[in-house]
Formats: sequence, C-alpha cells, structure tokens
Amino acid sequence: MEKFSTHTGVGVPLRRSNVDTDQIIPAVYLKRVTRTGFEDGLFAAWRGDPSFVLNKPEYAAGSVLVAGPDFGTGSSREHAVWALQNYGFRAVISPRFADIFRGNSGKSGLVAAQVDEKVVQRLWDHLEEFPGATVTVDLETRTVKAGEGPDAIEDSFDIDDYTRWRLLEGLDDVGITLSHEEDIEAFEKTRPTWKPVTIH
Amino acid sequence: MGKTLSEKVWDEHVVRSAEGEPDLLFIDLHLIHEVTSPQAFDGLRLAGRSVRRPDLTLATEDHNVPTVDWDKPIADPVSRTQVETLRKNTEEFGVRSHPLGDVEQGIVHIIGPQLGLTQPGMTIVCGDSHTSTHGAFGAIAFGIGTSEVEHVLATQTLMQARPKTMAVTVTGDLPDGVTAKDLVLTLITQTGTGGGQGYIVEYRGPAIEALSMEGRMTVCNMSIEWGAKAGLIAPDKTTFDYIEGRPEAPKGADWDAAVEHWKSLVTDDDARFDKEIVLDASTMTPFVTWGTNPGQGVQLGGTVPDPAQFEDADERVGAEKALEYMALEAGTPMREVKVDTVFVGSCTNGRIEDLRLAAEIIKGRTVDKDTRLLVVPGSVRVRMQAEDEGLDIIFKEAGAEWRGAGCSMCLGMNPDQLTPGERSASTSNRNFEGRQGKGGRTHLVSVPVAAATAVRGTLSSPADLPELVSTGATDGRA
Ligand code: SF4
Repeated sequence: MEKFSTHTGVGVPLRRSNVDTDQIIPAVYLKRVTRTGFEDGLFAAWRGDPSFVLNKPEYAAGSVLVAGPDFGTGSSREHAVWALQNYGFRAVISPRFADIFRGNSGKSGLVAAQVDEKVVQRLWDHLEEFPGATVTVDLETRTVKAGEGPDAIEDSFDIDDYTRWRLLEGLDDVGITLSHEEDIEAFEKTRPTWKPVTIH
Repeated sequence: MGKTLSEKVWDEHVVRSAEGEPDLLFIDLHLIHEVTSPQAFDGLRLAGRSVRRPDLTLATEDHNVPTVDWDKPIADPVSRTQVETLRKNTEEFGVRSHPLGDVEQGIVHIIGPQLGLTQPGMTIVCGDSHTSTHGAFGAIAFGIGTSEVEHVLATQTLMQARPKTMAVTVTGDLPDGVTAKDLVLTLITQTGTGGGQGYIVEYRGPAIEALSMEGRMTVCNMSIEWGAKAGLIAPDKTTFDYIEGRPEAPKGADWDAAVEHWKSLVTDDDARFDKEIVLDASTMTPFVTWGTNPGQGVQLGGTVPDPAQFEDADERVGAEKALEYMALEAGTPMREVKVDTVFVGSCTNGRIEDLRLAAEIIKGRTVDKDTRLLVVPGSVRVRMQAEDEGLDIIFKEAGAEWRGAGCSMCLGMNPDQLTPGERSASTSNRNFEGRQGKGGRTHLVSVPVAAATAVRGTLSSPADLPELVSTGATDGRA
C-alpha cells in the first residue's frame, strides 16, 4: 500500500448527501476478477448525465472528492473504495462517513477525511467558483486547505490515530501482520507433524 | 476454571496476542473456490506477495460450475472467467486444485472431510459462510471475506477477536424419520436468525452424539443461519472412525499421536459458557420453512402462520412480506403447499447418506408428474459411490434428474435455477428471496421430506406416502 503524507489535487464538489455504495458502484459492475478496472462503474448512474460534475473537463482529473454527509452507506462492498481509487481519487472529504466504508478506506489506502459540514459547504462554493482548483489533504497535520489570501479555507479533519498511522506508514492489514513474521515462524515450528498438508 | 472445546482449539492457534488488539490466529487449512478468491490473488500480485503456505491451501471449483455437460466450456461468460481465473491463479501461486473434471472435485465443504483434510482441533477458513460445516469434527471453522482470503493467503493467519461461547445441548433421541436437518431448522426457528450472533456454538448432548458425521455436518453447516460465528461438536469415536483411512488422514504413529490429542478436545466439566440453550430432540418432528429466512419455519404438520400473531413488530412485518413473496395464505396446512421443483443436494445435504436416504424413499415410486426432482451429489466421489450402489438408477427410474457435482441450485449461480414464481422444496440452507433464482420460492426441508414431496407433489413426509405393495421390505419408513 502506498504511503500517504500529504496530497494536493483537483477537488471535485459532489453536492449530494447519502451517497450509498450502490451509487458509488452498482452491482452489475462487480463481475471483474481483478482489483483494478472498476473506474468505469464509478457513479455509473450519474455518468450518463453531461452536467454531472465528473463529466466536466475541469474536474475530470479530480483526486479529492468533496461529498455531503453519510458517504458510503449501504452494502459492505470493498469495490466502492477500489472504484474511487481506480478512478484516481486519493481522498474523500465528507462531514460523515458510513462506518464500514471508513474501515474499508483505511485498509485500502484511501483517506476518508471527516470535516465540519460548514467546511464542506465552503469547499463546494470554492470549487464551483474556480473549477479545477486544488485541495490539499495533509495527513501529517490533519488539515484540509484550499484557495489563497483572505478567503483561503483551512480547517482540521478527523481521522482515528490508528488509521492515520497505517496510512502514513503505508501499511495494509497484510503488511501489519507481516511485521510480526517472526511470531508466525516461531508458531509454525511448534505445530505437530501429524497436522495435515495438501501438498506432499 | 476449565476451558470449553472452542477455547482449547482457539488457544492452540494464537500466534500473538496483545492487550486491546484482536488475536492473531494461525490457520491450519484454507479452502478456496472460484467466486471469492480472484481479487485476493490479484491483491497478492499487486503487492508482489506470494502464498505463504500453499501446503495448507486447497482449491476447487463448485459455486458456479454446470452439473450437466461439465466436459464442455462453461456457457456463462462471468462463470467461465471466474473458473479460468482460479485455474491461472492456482497454477501461478502453486496451490493444489481439484478443477471440474477431476475425481476429487466437489463442493468445498464436502471434499475437505472426504479427503480427510478436515480433522479435530484445526482452524479452517474459506471465503464461504458455510465453512462452519467442518466444525462437525471439533474444528473452529468459519467463513471469511475476500480481503481476509488475501490476508490468509499471504500470512496463513487472521486477526480475530475472541468470540463468546454458547452451548446448545440437545437431550433425548430424535424420533424415527426426523433428521439432523429437522433438528437444526427447529433450533433456528426458536432462536431466530440472529440468536447466535457473536458466539462460537458447541452442539452437545445425547441427540448430537447419536448423529453420524454426516448428520453432524448438516447441523454445523447451518450455524451461520442463526448468526453464529461457527459451530462445533466434540470429536469422539464416530469422528475418529470417519477420518481413519482417508487419503490425508494421519497414518501409523502419527495417527496414534493425533487421536491422543483429539481425545483431549472436550469441554472441561468446570468450564463455563457465556450462554446455554437446551432442546429436547424427542419432541421434534419434520420441520419446513414457510418464509424467506431460515428462522421462519414450522412443523410439517402445522399451518402457514398468521403474521398478526407475531408480537414483535419487525417479525410481523417480516412475516407479511415473506408470505406475499412466497404467495402463501395464513392458515394453509403446510402439507397442501404444491411444489414445482425438489432439490436434493448442497453442502448441507449432498453427501452419500443423504442420497441413500432419498433413494430408499424414492425406490419403486415415481416423481409426481407436475414436479421435477433434481438430485445433485455434493462431490464427484459421492456421485461415483452412489452410482456404484445403483442409486442413480433408482432416481432415474423414478423420473428424477441425476446430475454432476457442485453447488447447483443451492444458490443458482449456474444454470440450475428456479424461474420467477417457481416453488421448491430444497435440502439446502438458504431460502432468501431470489436465492435459487430470481423470483423463486424456497422451502427448506430435510432429505426424507424432499423425497416424499417429489413423489406427492406437495410438501410431505414419507409417512404420507401410500405403502408400496412390493415385496421389498424397508421402504416407506413410517
Ligand atoms: S452448496 Fe450452497 S451453501 Fe454450500 S458452499 Fe455451495 S453455495 Fe455455499
């Protein structure tokens, strides 16, 4: 998993609340046998609409999604996180995330930055006034930043310490477990020889 | 204080434990199939990782493989891709596999025990919720998600919080004609589908001890249907006799050492469970479901319940919805419910004893003219054994379809599906809306009820069948 310390990229204002995982990626797109390639299914129901934000060229290269409250509710599918990442998103900013989505994000390396609802409003206004403007998500200092001068937006975001640590270190679950590899090796040496194996 | 069986097995597998963190558990056997493994292997590939213990890993193809024409290419493109991907992955990562056409192929939870790989005191996982089946041997066995499959492939371990423990004690003897399936369906209706949430359940008591290994597997198989993390049964002589001599069973001195250890895998007298339930087997009768979850069941001799009689509001609404979906009227005797398709198979009831029992009832009779009977052995070995015993002939002569091995109509991922509105009596484990095909209506039943239903065309037990006038003595068990 790639390490994340700070990221600056084009912000995408998604003026919707309660975006559930079926809207992030509908079930018909789940048939792939890989972890990649899910970007085509991202927000599939809305992508047909030319006025949808990702269909506007200024936002097409977006990597920081700014969404309304209750992002990622619904089924537990990990594909929702993969679809966002496959498209190119590194972070999602929202006033409130569904628990499972937040968990899946942390495991996969997508930053789910929880901010005050007012901050989302200001980011939306800013990104709509200046299409293609960037947003910075700084995990070291737990801050989001956008704009310059007196109107600049800068506020803190919430993310739990453990997830932040994992993201900063670039550790997925497997990576964390493998950091205890000596324990696994030691355990393996104690297993009785009569335990079954599939390959002889 | 002593320990329960599951605590003993758990403690033997803790690689690492730390205050406030889940335990890191070593996994003795990881079973893999085509549907939940592709992304796990792809995750390994993306991270440049390998399978840590291919020698503790076994793959087969079961969920979406066809049960006819299995020597031809799979017609459905998604299923074909999944199967081909598994073949590529097992080859690339050096994992033993039993693909379609292989003599050891079959439903993953049937081939583990059959090969003798499933043994007491093990930890067994698979990306499938009915992994609890293996608990019948005194193993801790449970289903995991795809990212956990990846974790086990890479590390041979899993992070797991220690579940609570529960004992389900079943006293008395099951009456004649009442099976392990009726026992577990009765239990689930009593506890509700969430009753086991957060627990590892130990099934115990005389009625459990009296079950064959196959019956024990049927009980443990359905643990997940009442929400339990896993279900297990203490190993005993029945268990050891079943394992001895199987291809992957320990041999010689290893066998003696293994059995000596297995004998210690019982709950200590002074151990305490977090929760206990007691059931009386002697009052049980054939049991069927009327609704759309396995907890919506009733005795075969009963009637479709009236939703108004449920005190709990959620249950009432659930019952109303279920009856609408199932197109059933409250008050209808279950025995009058007409069935279009009978499915005998699945990891719940697709083993040789199940097929023998079904054949014994079907023998000399014919399948009702408006009903179709699909018999799907759980593995190629089960199919071959049944054919050796001539069971296939009995089924075919009665007008049933005799198929190749796989999950088949248990989940309708292959072409064996119900059509909208079609009603089944099924020996499988889930009666969710659309589980066996979009719009399909499922009644979960035992093997004897399935066989008798196929003959009469309505939900029935063998006792409802007219006596055979033949000379053969043992049919038509009362
Ligand atoms: S038979 Fe049914 S329950 Fe069993 S593994 Fe197959 S799909 Fe799952």
